[in-house]
Amino acid sequence: MRTAFINELIAQARANPRIFLLVGDLGYSVVDPFAKEFPERFINMGVAEQNMTGVAAGLASEGFHVFIYSIANFPTFRCLEQIRNDVCYHRYPVTVVSVGGGLAYGNLGYSHHAVQDYAVMRCLNPLTIASPGDPVETAACVKWLVSNPQPSYLRLGKAGEPIIHQHEISLELGKTVEVKSGALMSGVFLTTGTSLRYAVEAIQLPELQGRWGVVSLPLWGEEQKTAILNELSRHKAIISVEDHLAAGGFGSYLREALADTAIQTRLKTVSLSANLLGLIGKQEYLNSEGGLDALRLVEVALSFSACSPSRLLN
Amino acid sequence: MAEKSEQLASQIRREALKMVALASASHIGGSLSVADIMAVLYQDILKVRSKEPQWVNRDRFILSKGHCCSALYATLALQGFLSLKELETYGKDRSRLMAHVSHAVPGVEFSTGSLGHGLPYACGKAVAAKRKGASWRAFTILSDGELDEGSNWEAILFAPQHKLDNLVAIVDYNKIQSLGSVVSIMDLDPLAEKFRAFRWSVKEVDGHNHSSLKDALATLPWVPGKPSCLIAHTVKGKGVPFMENELLWHYKSPEKQQLDIALGGLNETSL
Repeated sequence: MRTAFINELIAQARANPRIFLLVGDLGYSVVDPFAKEFPERFINMGVAEQNMTGVAAGLASEGFHVFIYSIANFPTFRCLEQIRNDVCYHRYPVTVVSVGGGLAYGNLGYSHHAVQDYAVMRCLNPLTIASPGDPVETAACVKWLVSNPQPSYLRLGKAGEPIIHQHEISLELGKTVEVKSGALMSGVFLTTGTSLRYAVEAIQLPELQGRWGVVSLPLWGEEQKTAILNELSRHKAIISVEDHLAAGGFGSYLREALADTAIQTRLKTVSLSANLLGLIGKQEYLNSEGGLDALRLVEVALSFSACSPSRLLN
Repeated sequence: MAEKSEQLASQIRREALKMVALASASHIGGSLSVADIMAVLYQDILKVRSKEPQWVNRDRFILSKGHCCSALYATLALQGFLSLKELETYGKDRSRLMAHVSHAVPGVEFSTGSLGHGLPYACGKAVAAKRKGASWRAFTILSDGELDEGSNWEAILFAPQHKLDNLVAIVDYNKIQSLGSVVSIMDLDPLAEKFRAFRWSVKEVDGHNHSSLKDALATLPWVPGKPSCLIAHTVKGKGVPFMENELLWHYKSPEKQQLDIALGGLNETSL
């Protein structure tokens, strides 16, 4: 995913002289091609995220679209007030890029587990979250962000994520990306970020095959809450999926969006349990410990169907 | 006859006092300590156009000690960026003159209020000018208490690394921070040596002496390739004897009688 990001950013930077990349002394072997090709639009800011974000705001105020790149919680929590005040309040085109969203740095421990980032970033109006599900969505997110420069948060996985989409896709604010769906289906998994793979795996299992679909929502944020309602209303039942804690996450966001509307869509949410905090291990292991894997998704889908068979099963 | 900048400083003090009194606002002490610096900057140093606040070649000015916005708004009004009448709306419902620096006000580059944000932002501006080959400069005024913030020291490391000699940091060193004296809370001394050790070029002046301020700021950059730090030794509450060096005036707003005494005293000294 990080390779897809940097390759697309380089492609965009060739055509767009406003793109500037700051890195927080991280990105070994990843950011080098950008630094070599655009030395005048690249700075390694050292291990200093607050200054990095303030400098990004200053550069953005002079017309640059600044990408600030670091890993896990460093470019978000460490400099949250700079993102809130310097970037979001002034509506500067700064894209905070975090590599290792979720539990991608699983065995590096709690400091590197980015499982609370949606909660804090999504309340920072007018920030838009871009959380791609695979390398194809990553490239599409970068394209969209460059075409729509604004305060934004690009949450990436790390490396080796499976390619889900077989063709290039383009994104539109407030619209989901279809992976597999159909009018006669019981419902869909609605994913954001790299949890997409688990939903795709789940619908290939015999229990759900042909009955549950998958759509992905890489672009979202507080200001898109109303815009996504139309998408939500198209489905009879939705199970949201995210590699983030329940508190304040994507599922919470969808619940808030649906609350006080007349939309009949039923919603269940799958997110990570706080029980995994403090554990280390491979990403798959930790996600599974937190309640996120294909079997768990099957279980939730079946329990969902059992609740109201007449309504959900054709 | 006082110099123009001295007259302006006196007017800034008068307008700032009236603003905080009318709004029952805080922070007059720091506005009075920075008034002379603001006056010299806007009268003699900064290349700005009041009728064209977004003029592309303007010098960029950032007041990082955002709580002292009454001095900035007064300066901008006196220089024609907004009307003097508008100053009466300071801190009122829906006013754009919020009680910490707001970028909704013409001539203001950047909203501040939380400390430790102005210098990193000014560094970003200075980098932008360098990368674009532009000749304008970035100025920022910091408070002394603000230098407790780690973000400033990140920026103080950064600026010399990138040879930002188009960056000027002015410290309004009035020696009093929010709950007491700087010496008793988080002593900054030796401040000049600290900046020098971080590879800045540094000068120290009496921050109320207009000739000294002008002499220092007229010859920027002092060392090519280095950012400049002007440590301006000031007095909190300067110009109003009963407010000078009194922590109380970080918080309190003058009552009618106190305002009259303060304004009366300023009339005598400025004419």
